[in-house]
Amino acid sequence: MASLGAIATAPLKAKREGDKSAKSIVFMGVLWFTIFFSVLCLGTLLVNAFFDGWTRLDGNLITRYSSTVLPETAGARAAILGSALVIVMTAVLAIPLGVAAGVYLEEFADPRRWYNKIIEVNLTNLAAVPAIVYGMLTAGVALSIGLPRRVVLAGAIALALLILPVIIITTREAMRAVPREIREGSLALGATPLQTVWRQTLPSAVPGIATGSIIALSRALGEAAPLLLLGGLVFVSYDPNGLFSGYTVLPIQIYDWVKEPQLAFQQVASAAIILMLGLLLLMNAVAIVIRNRYQKRW
Amino acid sequence: MTSHTYSTRADSAEDDHEAAPRVEVNRDTRRSLPPDPKPIMECDGVDVYYGDFRAVTDVSLGFGHNEITALIGPSGCGKSTLLRSLNRMNDLIVSARVEGSVTFHGQSIYGKDVDPIEVRRRIGMVFQKPNPFPKSIYDNVAYGPRVTGMKVSSMDDLVEEALTKSALWDEVKDKLKDSGLGLSGGQQQRLCIARTIAIRPEVILMDEPCSALDPIATSRIEDLMIELRDEYSIIIVTHNMQQAARVADRTAFFTALAAEGSGDRTGLLVEYDLTTKIFSAPADERTENYISGRFG
Amino acid sequence: MSSTIATEGSSSQTTPQGVDPDSYNKDPAGFLRQRRGRYGERVAMVALVGSAGLSVLVTIGIFFALLVPSLEFLREISIREFLTGDRWAPTFADASFGVLPLVTGTMWTTVIGLLIAIPFGLGAAIYLAEYAPERVRRFLKPVLEVLAGIPSVVYGYFALYFVAPTVLNDLLSVEVGTFSVLAAGLVLGIMIIPTVASLSEDAMSAVPQSLRQASFALGANRMRTTLRVVFPAAVSGITASIVLAASRAVGETMIVALAAGTQAQVVSSPTEPGQTMTGFIAQTATGESSPGSLTYNTLFAVGLLLFVVTLLMNVVAGSIVRRIREVY
Repeated sequence: MASLGAIATAPLKAKREGDKSAKSIVFMGVLWFTIFFSVLCLGTLLVNAFFDGWTRLDGNLITRYSSTVLPETAGARAAILGSALVIVMTAVLAIPLGVAAGVYLEEFADPRRWYNKIIEVNLTNLAAVPAIVYGMLTAGVALSIGLPRRVVLAGAIALALLILPVIIITTREAMRAVPREIREGSLALGATPLQTVWRQTLPSAVPGIATGSIIALSRALGEAAPLLLLGGLVFVSYDPNGLFSGYTVLPIQIYDWVKEPQLAFQQVASAAIILMLGLLLLMNAVAIVIRNRYQKRW
Repeated sequence: MTSHTYSTRADSAEDDHEAAPRVEVNRDTRRSLPPDPKPIMECDGVDVYYGDFRAVTDVSLGFGHNEITALIGPSGCGKSTLLRSLNRMNDLIVSARVEGSVTFHGQSIYGKDVDPIEVRRRIGMVFQKPNPFPKSIYDNVAYGPRVTGMKVSSMDDLVEEALTKSALWDEVKDKLKDSGLGLSGGQQQRLCIARTIAIRPEVILMDEPCSALDPIATSRIEDLMIELRDEYSIIIVTHNMQQAARVADRTAFFTALAAEGSGDRTGLLVEYDLTTKIFSAPADERTENYISGRFG
Repeated sequence: MSSTIATEGSSSQTTPQGVDPDSYNKDPAGFLRQRRGRYGERVAMVALVGSAGLSVLVTIGIFFALLVPSLEFLREISIREFLTGDRWAPTFADASFGVLPLVTGTMWTTVIGLLIAIPFGLGAAIYLAEYAPERVRRFLKPVLEVLAGIPSVVYGYFALYFVAPTVLNDLLSVEVGTFSVLAAGLVLGIMIIPTVASLSEDAMSAVPQSLRQASFALGANRMRTTLRVVFPAAVSGITASIVLAASRAVGETMIVALAAGTQAQVVSSPTEPGQTMTGFIAQTATGESSPGSLTYNTLFAVGLLLFVVTLLMNVVAGSIVRRIREVY
């Protein structure tokens, strides 16, 4: 309603004005500055990390374990392996569950039913629960059923729950992009709704789901907060070797090093940051390639 | 009155005749049909609702065995809605509801124990826009038999048979592994017909199957329909009266009327008869107005 | 119209090839019944429904996982002391459990964050929705996505080792120590710029083109159209984006754990260090607190408070968004 008022009064106050008036140019300048600020922050952050850490981008970073006494040669070997293991487990847990839930909600759920409404509302809220709360949930549940909480599996469960809403939403969007004609064509040939999903809709949605899942997993890779409660911070100087192994992950290792006051720790932290950002970039690049190469245009 | 008559022919003196439709009626003039159809499917008092909106009101008619029945009428008259309720495609729209009875071989397709999957297997459908699956031509045709668990001795033979019947075999026999999406629009639509034939339905519903095609492709589909009529019963929705006149044995004319008590328009069956009769001597004035181009 | 029903549909002339001609003679009433058991399908459906239901289970799980230890906590500490006390020292000998210092710490970092994110996020949103040529959009959208995808521990590092010493102390001559809510809040703000920008851009892009054209037709230029027409029309969506961004700021952990400090005090100036709710959870979680102990329960009491606050913010944002949907 306010907009209608604006339309009505604007021409009364203003003569015909171009986009070259002084005010407009100042306004454009402000907008440009806001944009420039975001770009500047990103650039500074990356350059800063690189300058702090490039001297430590060496072999030790990936081959050696962390050390409390020798930061100059400390490495993130345990964290890299831990991250790899945790992320693979997270994918194994989250992708099937998220895709299944997304398929149900998009293809089968009658939105008028109360329970489906509850699931919908719940999902939007779940997507915004602070990451650290997922760690508390997993810790609480592990404790109450008597399972160890400072192990790879617990970390993977927390991260899987964290990215589950993202994967569900991604799946739904990818399924929605498949034209209705394809579903109708399949059903009209006597396929059941489930056959239609399995043989037509889901295969067509795979590139979209893969893209979204990789981006979600990259978020999990950089996430430290929920793992603080799940043992990620134990000093680890061995390779994690199973689901019930102690572990640490890259972001936690970085957090640990950043907290140390010595410059050498700051440097190795920066080097690990560069490494982690490189991995994230790689994952996102893969996601974009999948999207561009395999996504069908309807 | 004649000055308002829409005509595409500039020369014809026939235009002055009293509302005589000038469309070529039924290519197959030798075909003689009984005045009433021997129905394979029947609608009795069918209403179709979307939520509270009644899209089709009180439709009763029978669709003949091995006949082509055309449903014509202005847009919004509910003909496509009715068509989609004949093989329960409307089930997919959560708010859609069908009242009255729709029978197939005398059995209600909305009965309690009836499996909609089985209904759709026996009553196939071809859509307005060609919708081949993003798979090979071969897999498009083999899809139906595979998902319905049809027992076939040779899938290759079945695919060839379906493609031959749909007059596509000669054009695609060397590229069966190519994507169905690579074909022309007309070929795609014939592929969709082949796909439907492959599951051996008894009835084929066609929802404006030529509306996205050029005249040559349209003509080929029309020829195909007449060939298929010997084995299948075909029900076609078309916005093209000439098409109905060319291919249909019987024609049902629908119109859209304001429903009592609300501003919504609802589809109503006005007249149903042999195509020759509808186009030469319609009983209802609304039909006459529509087919002579004065309305719609 | 004929009322005869063709029940004798078996005459070979009318039956298409390949259909078992006896199928409806043997079972005249039941030939449309389900032919195959499709038990596999039923199992699959149960799996799908179960997966979707799991998300509800997670919420219930979160609630109980937080509630049970919190109730233990409240058995020892009155809810009044917890919510209104202004001294937070759960691990000291003379322990005190007033959560206000953590709450004010959170408020400081969140408000400072919003002071950065609202202008810069909205500026970016306006530019992207109303001004940016396609070429610039193609560059800017990924920049915002990358900004949103950077792990918060990296932002924490940035706050601790660059923003506090270099930007605040050296460049702006603001006296801050190693830890301050200011440095943490500023970087928190940078982190949530993409949230404000992308959701606000969506809201502005959803404003019907006809409104803009009406404004242009009346002689308004692009700036006036943006500020007087598009912005007011999109104001609910923009508000929702800000509430959601604030909720992210409240729940963010790593930046504040690294840069805001661990001194739980009622912060009176942004240059002071302070601890937030999440900062406390991070600090306590990494220490050795045995389950069932008061310290452990304290953790969950603060977690529950955090969960409730962010949930409320999300519900508010959600209801604003639903209102917009009804408008258009």
